[in-house]
Amino acid sequence: MASRMCVQVLARSSLALVCHPGSTRPHLRFLHTAPKLCSQSQQNGSSDSKVLVHFVNQSGVKSSVFVTEGESLLDVVIKKNLDISGFGACEGTLACSTCHLIFEESVYDKLEPIVDEETDMLDLAYGLTKTSRLGCQVTVEHWMDGMTVRVPHEINDQRGKQEAVSSK
Amino acid sequence: MKRMTMINFMKGSVMKIHRLSRAYRCLSAEGGVRVFSSASGPRVCVVGGGPAGFYTAQQLLKARQDAIVDIYERLPVPFGLVRFGVAPDHPEVKNVINTFTQTAQHERCSFYGNVNVGKDVTIEELRRAYHAVVLSYGAEGNRSMKIPGEDLSGVFSAKDFVGWYNGLPSNKELCPDLSSETAVILGQGNVALDVARILLSPVDMLKETDITQNSLAVLAGSNVRRVLVVGRRGPLQIACTIKEVREMVNLPNTGADMLPSDFEGIAEALKDLPRPRKRLTELMMKAVKEGRDDKDQKCWGFRFFRSPVEVIAGADGRTATGIRLALNKLEGSGEGTRAVPTGQLEDLECGLIISSIGYKSFPIDPTVPFDPRRAIVPNAMGRVQDTTGLYCSGWVKRGPTGVIATTMNDSFDTARVLVQDMEAGEVDLSVNKPGAQAITALLRTRGVRTVLFPQWEKINAEEEKRGKSLGKPREKLLDVDEMLKIAWS
Ligand SMILES: Cc1cc2nc3c(=O)[nH]c(=O)nc-3n(C[C@H](O)[C@H](O)[C@H](O)COP(=O)(O)OP(=O)(O)OC[C@H]3O[C@@H](n4cnc5c(N)ncnc54)[C@H](O)[C@@H]3O)c2cc1C
Ligand SMILES: NC(=O)c1ccc[n+]([C@@H]2O[C@H](COP(=O)([O-])OP(=O)(O)OC[C@H]3O[C@@H](n4cnc5c(N)ncnc54)[C@H](OP(=O)(O)O)[C@@H]3O)[C@@H](O)[C@H]2O)c1
Ligand code: FES
Repeated sequence: MASRMCVQVLARSSLALVCHPGSTRPHLRFLHTAPKLCSQSQQNGSSDSKVLVHFVNQSGVKSSVFVTEGESLLDVVIKKNLDISGFGACEGTLACSTCHLIFEESVYDKLEPIVDEETDMLDLAYGLTKTSRLGCQVTVEHWMDGMTVRVPHEINDQRGKQEAVSSK
Repeated sequence: MKRMTMINFMKGSVMKIHRLSRAYRCLSAEGGVRVFSSASGPRVCVVGGGPAGFYTAQQLLKARQDAIVDIYERLPVPFGLVRFGVAPDHPEVKNVINTFTQTAQHERCSFYGNVNVGKDVTIEELRRAYHAVVLSYGAEGNRSMKIPGEDLSGVFSAKDFVGWYNGLPSNKELCPDLSSETAVILGQGNVALDVARILLSPVDMLKETDITQNSLAVLAGSNVRRVLVVGRRGPLQIACTIKEVREMVNLPNTGADMLPSDFEGIAEALKDLPRPRKRLTELMMKAVKEGRDDKDQKCWGFRFFRSPVEVIAGADGRTATGIRLALNKLEGSGEGTRAVPTGQLEDLECGLIISSIGYKSFPIDPTVPFDPRRAIVPNAMGRVQDTTGLYCSGWVKRGPTGVIATTMNDSFDTARVLVQDMEAGEVDLSVNKPGAQAITALLRTRGVRTVLFPQWEKINAEEEKRGKSLGKPREKLLDVDEMLKIAWS
């Protein structure tokens, strides 16, 4: 339901953003730290939802969503039910690094300065790059309109290997 | 809660109604009541209800819309080390329980607690009842130091000490003597720092966590003022991570007691280090420099280049009064850096010794391959060696290292491999499998009664209620019989 708002730009697979089609109960995650799961205004597409953000998930699938300013990128992934496996395990409390995102350099340079506690967790993240940040610590602002953030490819690489094995 | 489950149960039956005739045949043979059918959907059994079990289940349910996943757990309570390992002052780490709970409540997932796999039911029996079995039973033992005096009173494994303050039923009687001023922890991983922090944290901070009341009482009377965390290699090889060191540095009224000589030559090596290692080292060097304040009532410190060789007994011959350490030098480089004894020895006086040199998995069943050297189930990408239909994930697959996120990724990998094997026909889905129907019937004949997820939720509610009156998030039940009584009430 939440994904109705999303503009789907399907780079590789048309399966992106489909939330458990066979499930009678949508498998949404609850954000206990910010318990405003899929608010009405989101679904009705209120006019303040206007910052466009493109996400590229582990498998290279791109989804583009309109986001309200002031939300964290973790909030966005949860609310829009983006298909990123295991994202935000600690629910935005700086205790896991599963919300690791890679930014474009021009955007990264303009982000709010990083605090030690975020770097501490980020240093444990897979596929750390020079423009990595934790998605739960980055708040969407107007100037970010059109930016692309990527989930590192680690797991995808692993899967590639396995696919190669099983297709033999 | 009960109502929710009922509704989902009914929705499940509506969804599957077209398959009912086939399902009925298989069910009537089993004499059960569940409506789910295995007519075309794979039935998977997961052994162990820790992070590996739940993340494997989550990924299987997501990747196969027809998969039915049952999780069997030895204890009446789920979540493994998230409940019994993760430190009580790290409640945010335990947020993963919300996701696990959603998985357990998924209409195609069931949790069966109070089932000791390997004893109550064999792996062979599970393999007959399911298309695939995933072993996710973690690492419930600990590595032993293999030194004289290890069994003296006053010496504990970190596994037991952590189990004690976290309410693991088998450790409730531990009752460590905290009358000694100095405690020594052997090993420098994050578990060692969890233990050091719990020993040095003000009781006023701990009393608002889910630490058990009985351990809180013992800690309140503790005389421990100095905690030394001893490692066999040097600062550049330390196993713990920076967040945990920062927590040590920030402990109130607690200074750092380090040996500057342990850090000789480290400043020069800094510039070539990758960022994570560099920042961690810089933080330790800052702690060395700041040392301790006159006002500090307590202190902590790392000791490097030291391996335990013997626990020294007091006059009674039964109680530990110190530890003998062999001084080391390093050989090799990078990952392969080894500690080599110099021949020098050093004695450290202390009445409390906690060995934190790692956990260890046990074999679960004689039919399952086990690598005794690495203490894991030998596997290739989660496929258990030489055993079709048997998989593994988590600490029993990789060994006892890695945070929850590591366990999550490797469990997702195992689930993906399993789904690929189903699609490639490696796992034969053409035959019907009775799944939990058969297993619960078998367990009944053996007098084993399971704890279902809604029954765990009764335990959960009771623990939260008891915690509330104490100003804590929960007060854990320590006794399995009491857990069962509440679950089945
Ligand atoms: C003291 C400690 C603190 C930690 N703190 C953190 C932290 O703060 N942050 C972090 O990210 N990671 C932490 N970790 C790491 C994290 O706990 C592990 O990565 C993770 O728990 C491993 O998951 P697992 O499912 O493989 O094993 P476990 O969590 O051990 O789960 C195994 C489950 O299997 C069950 N089981 C065992 N035998 C049987 C049997 N025969 N039949 C049925 N069930 C069985 C057990 O009861 C248990 O529930 C910590 C680890 C420890 C030891
Ligand atoms: N807050 C958290 O995120 C948190 C908290 C707790 C645990 N965990 C995770 O859980 C995992 C397990 O933690 P852990 O602390 O048990 O294991 P660990 O990180 O592997 O540390 C084990 C320690 O024991 C030492 N050691 C091993 N064998 C030894 C021997 N024979 N003699 C002397 N020393 C020996 C190791 O030294 P060498 O390096 O020389 O081998 C190392 O210092 C880790 O991945 C950890 O990060 C995370
Ligand atoms: S969600 Fe865990 S650190 Fe961001």
